[in-house]
Amino acid sequence: MESDSLQTLYYSINRLLFRIILTFVFIKMTTVNFIDKHIIDINKIRAQFPILSRKVNGKPLIYFDNGATAQKPIQVIDAVKKYYEYQNANIHRGVHTLSQEITVAYENARITVQKHLNAEHAHEIIFTKGTTDSINLVAHSFGKKYITKGDEIIISEMEHHSNILPWQQLCEEKGAILQVIPINDSGELLMDEYNKLLSSKTKIVAVTHISNVLGTINPIKEIIELAHAKNIPVLIDGAQAVPHTKADVQELDADFYCFSGHKLFGPTGVGVLYGKEKYLNEMPPYQVGGGTIKTVTFAKTEYADLPLKFEAGTPHVAGGIGLATAIDYVNEIGLDAIAAYENELLMYATNALHNINGIKIIGDATNKASVISFVIKGLHSFDLGTILDQLGIAVRTGHHCTQPLMQHFGIQGAVRISFAFYNTKEEIDEFIKGLERAIKMLS
Amino acid sequence: MSIEEIEQEIIDEFELFEDWMGKYEYLIDMGKSLPIIEDKYKTEDKLIKGCQSRVWMQSDLKDGKIIFTADSDAIITKGMVALMVRVLSNHTPDDILNAKLGFVDKIGLTQHLSPTRSNGLVSMIKQMKMDALAYKTQN
Repeated sequence: MESDSLQTLYYSINRLLFRIILTFVFIKMTTVNFIDKHIIDINKIRAQFPILSRKVNGKPLIYFDNGATAQKPIQVIDAVKKYYEYQNANIHRGVHTLSQEITVAYENARITVQKHLNAEHAHEIIFTKGTTDSINLVAHSFGKKYITKGDEIIISEMEHHSNILPWQQLCEEKGAILQVIPINDSGELLMDEYNKLLSSKTKIVAVTHISNVLGTINPIKEIIELAHAKNIPVLIDGAQAVPHTKADVQELDADFYCFSGHKLFGPTGVGVLYGKEKYLNEMPPYQVGGGTIKTVTFAKTEYADLPLKFEAGTPHVAGGIGLATAIDYVNEIGLDAIAAYENELLMYATNALHNINGIKIIGDATNKASVISFVIKGLHSFDLGTILDQLGIAVRTGHHCTQPLMQHFGIQGAVRISFAFYNTKEEIDEFIKGLERAIKMLS
Repeated sequence: MSIEEIEQEIIDEFELFEDWMGKYEYLIDMGKSLPIIEDKYKTEDKLIKGCQSRVWMQSDLKDGKIIFTADSDAIITKGMVALMVRVLSNHTPDDILNAKLGFVDKIGLTQHLSPTRSNGLVSMIKQMKMDALAYKTQN
């Protein structure tokens, strides 16, 4: 009896211990998962970007010009290389194996983009040359169908020239009027003014998700809601947003959303236009030619269904595949982790810059991405950029293709630093030292 | 001195510097110490539009030679402008048209002439040569 109960006790203790160990292992596992999802492994990441190990003017490269274009991870480079070495064929045409394989791969790339933007249909994803091309497509095609004399198009004061000129040209052609949402001195859209601009004459609103100069993250959901209340469609320029934040086109209810592959760590020369099916179906083709048709006679042509209607000519196949690889890469790291890490860099750099004599940071919106533009009293951005370049530090200088915005702030140009998830606080320290040195030399 | 002799003089001066810092500091000093254009000429029509820095230039013909004065809002560009004015000013239109300006490469500042820099300097050299051509055809 005694030995029996002892044995029972022994088993009970064993079971208890086993449970404690299991619980411990479970907690440990979830913590590890949590860490994996929320912390950037900077050394591992940097090793995946070959260019980051090169030297410029004899100094290790510090690349702070991510707003202009982002660097490419080895995965993307390999995908493009593999395409040319192993997979090259024209898509949508051949009966041969290579053509069929690459057509599947290219269409899978479209699905990757669709999932990333959470678009309802894959055929709502049009591959373009980039954001500029996407906006031009909409301005031409939507303009042709829907814009007439006296209509109004709303953009904002902080737009990149690429989201001004296509609309300006359309207005000139059609006798329409370009309306501009003003901003405050922090670089935020004046939403009351925007609401006042919306009228029965407004045919489309085109605004940027994130400003390429100010870093301002615009309240695009609210912008879209206000426009939709008056049945006005909205185009969002997502060029600067996609590397930093998740855009869910269904949740936003965006009618058009544009971005470039190369700012999202993908190849240059490929971009995306998301458009709601109901608009894309109604809009006439923008460029016409091979690939866009069902039947052609000299009397009449019947155009293909979406998305091919908008994809004339042989597309940038390597670009599409490279872009899909880049999207997978970014999602593996996680856009939440990226945003959190970049916000840390933003805070760190902003604090350090505030200690520089004579500095003025252009744009201090409450909701801001990791982009900082600044001017130094009495110094020209070109001079600062030139000296920083000698120190191996790549920054952007000049008007950043936003001359109207420069006019708002009464400046000729600014120095801009823009971060990606592979940048570090140590690089910011080096940049601050370089900036101090440049200021000393130039003063 | 001929254009080529002045170019050689500048090449010799720049050879004294071992690193980029020295060169740029010299360029910056040149830019600072040369108020080379009268403010009344710093007008829109004298502006040579470059993408990044602005350059103003004025040319006058005096005794068969062209006198250039110029300025820029960026100090490094201003230094480069000062170099160009030093080389090309006070020469005949023919000499200016024939100038090869090889010194820029030899002093290691070629990057300022590359098309991507768009700093107004390339446009300025073009404008200087166009002015020379205009004065030449006038005579």
